[in-house]
Amino acid sequence: MLPEHGSVVIKGGRVVDPTGERDADVVVANGSVVEVGTNLKADTVLDASGCIVSPGLVDLHVHLREPGDEDAETIETGARAAALGGFTAVIAMPNTRPPHDEPSVVASVLASGARSLCDVHAAGCVTEQRAGEALAPLGELHTLGVRMFTDDGACVSDAGVMRRALEYARSLPDAVIAQHAEDPALADGGHMHEGAWSSRLGIAGRPGIAESTVVARDCELAEATGGRVHFLHLSTAAAVDIVREAKARGIAVTAEAAPHHFTLTDAECATFDPVYKVHPPLRSDADVAAVKAGLADGTIDAIATDHAPYASEQKERPFEEAPPGMLGLETALALTITELTIPGVLSLADALALLSWRPAAVAGLAEHGRPIAAGEPANLCVFDPALKWEVDAHRLASKARNTPYAGRSLTGRTRHTVLRGRPVVVDGEACA
Amino acid sequence: MMKNLLSIDDLDRTALDELLTLSEDFLHVTEREIPKVPALQGKVVVSLFYEDSTRTRISFETAAKRLSCDVMSFSVGSSSVNKGEGLRDTVQTIAAMGIDAVVVRHSAAGAPARVASWIDASIINAGDGSHEHPTQALLDLLTLRRARGPELDGLRVGIVGDIVNSRVARSLVLGLDKVGANTTLIAPPTLLPTVLDGWRASVTHDLDDVLPELDALYLLRIQRERKSANRLPRLSEYSARWGLTVERAARLKPDTLVMHPGPMNRGVEIAAEVAEGPASLITEQVTNGVAVRMAVLYSLLSSGARVA
Repeated sequence: MLPEHGSVVIKGGRVVDPTGERDADVVVANGSVVEVGTNLKADTVLDASGCIVSPGLVDLHVHLREPGDEDAETIETGARAAALGGFTAVIAMPNTRPPHDEPSVVASVLASGARSLCDVHAAGCVTEQRAGEALAPLGELHTLGVRMFTDDGACVSDAGVMRRALEYARSLPDAVIAQHAEDPALADGGHMHEGAWSSRLGIAGRPGIAESTVVARDCELAEATGGRVHFLHLSTAAAVDIVREAKARGIAVTAEAAPHHFTLTDAECATFDPVYKVHPPLRSDADVAAVKAGLADGTIDAIATDHAPYASEQKERPFEEAPPGMLGLETALALTITELTIPGVLSLADALALLSWRPAAVAGLAEHGRPIAAGEPANLCVFDPALKWEVDAHRLASKARNTPYAGRSLTGRTRHTVLRGRPVVVDGEACA
Repeated sequence: MMKNLLSIDDLDRTALDELLTLSEDFLHVTEREIPKVPALQGKVVVSLFYEDSTRTRISFETAAKRLSCDVMSFSVGSSSVNKGEGLRDTVQTIAAMGIDAVVVRHSAAGAPARVASWIDASIINAGDGSHEHPTQALLDLLTLRRARGPELDGLRVGIVGDIVNSRVARSLVLGLDKVGANTTLIAPPTLLPTVLDGWRASVTHDLDDVLPELDALYLLRIQRERKSANRLPRLSEYSARWGLTVERAARLKPDTLVMHPGPMNRGVEIAAEVAEGPASLITEQVTNGVAVRMAVLYSLLSSGARVA
């Protein structure tokens, strides 16, 4: 467990939380916020002048690779990257080796997470071995605290299996079935978005309909079963429209979008550099615009990174042979500020809702995304929304280097991160 | 001067014309009693083939030898690739031996472009997945030029078959556009890219409709596995609707040229009698391949001196 320490005052910042905005100092001690006001004092001072003080960011979608692929990332390195990105909670996806379909695996992930610089929650598998056939022990995993169930990386493509999962999950409080919506019958064998670029490059496509048909089907299944469905990494205009309609009909559906789906298009694949390979793939300009519109009008509930580290040699293959996925934890906040709040797509408060309190609600994380007020858990992110910096792949805390943003100039950077009252990032440096 | 040949788009109209003219010069060299010139003596060319291709490999190696290059042949079957060595490690090892050019054939699109980003030697794309096969397009243009004269402006060329999976079609459509020819893609919808934006060609599903107007008909190989991917019903149906049968060949204009990149599936996309008939340029295509590859190697590797 993290050691106890004295009180800390975050001084001179502007507090933005679900209740509104105000200039205030924030004192935290013993894991909680103890006072919010002016001219406050404490044992330690964290300067927040020019900074936003917000509830810690929550990432619904990260791959930490432990157990099984510790050469790409570990829970420790991934959690450090998360803390540096301003996150105080992440949900580790279950496609480890072995996967999160056994309570013992999940218990071990949670134990490692408890020693790290960020809260690590585990998503459980929907089906055994993520094979899409037999239900995983959802109830046993729920007992360990698992609330999100997904076969991410794989789609639960069988409608009958999805129906039973949604039905069964109704017996588990706050449980949600999270779908990687890409029908393998349409997407398998494809490596990039099916469109003008795949046509030019001769790379087999993963068409947008692979996503939208599954999203449409699962909205119907959620309505019929009364179960809750969450769509991971929504990437197409058609799927955003379907989710918007489903919400209007009152169906229990939520959705997330990844920064790469609102900042990059399939045109990047013309370099043949597999750093741009990801599932679902980078899409067209029209899809990017639709994802932004979905973030702006509330259709999409969360920005989630789909942080997917790979050892360098895995990405030094030809595009069609390289695995899909890209890093996200250390660039998500800056991309949101640079591409959404500065251009006026979203207000800063709405952006923070998408990065903190709305995803916390999706995942049922009671200690995150809370108002910054006395008595609340002290999970906080302090960031400079105007600081310009250049992404250097070799200076990331993640073990892997597969960021598509290397060399890009971004605005906005984490200054301090506070986890349960303890500063885990101070002045942009991780504490151990 | 050009460093690599990864795509036909690396060549503008002028560079393309110059390369084809140079190819005709080399064609005369190959017709000599001793078809060899010392133009690239001392240059080292590696052929790096990750995919079986007897004809393209032999064509490149012959071209390099006729220019007096030293040729190192690297085939995947006998190399450390089988021991799990990655593409980057393999090409960096080869580059460390001191070489001038690598001819890369790979089953994955963009592999030659990746290789070019890792090492300094000139890279020639000898076919990458379904992306491009630029020297095939060059030899096809040379073949058309020798049959029709240097002016190909307005020539009507039909390309029939598996467009979506064809690197030959991707390069050829770009090349035909550069020389001013009009291209028509002729295929079932399942063998065409879903999105054709950016393809400078018209499209039809009906071969018989356009047959009498074509100046050249280019047939692509139909892979038998396309049937299993449900892109096609049985192959006999393909032959009936899109194959160049003897009956269809009779409806072509008398001077319409018939071409195929090989290897052919006789009886599927082309009848044997047509492949061997007077309109067929299939053998010339192979001959022209060596000259074109000599011209490409010479353009990339020479210091600019005139050809002997």
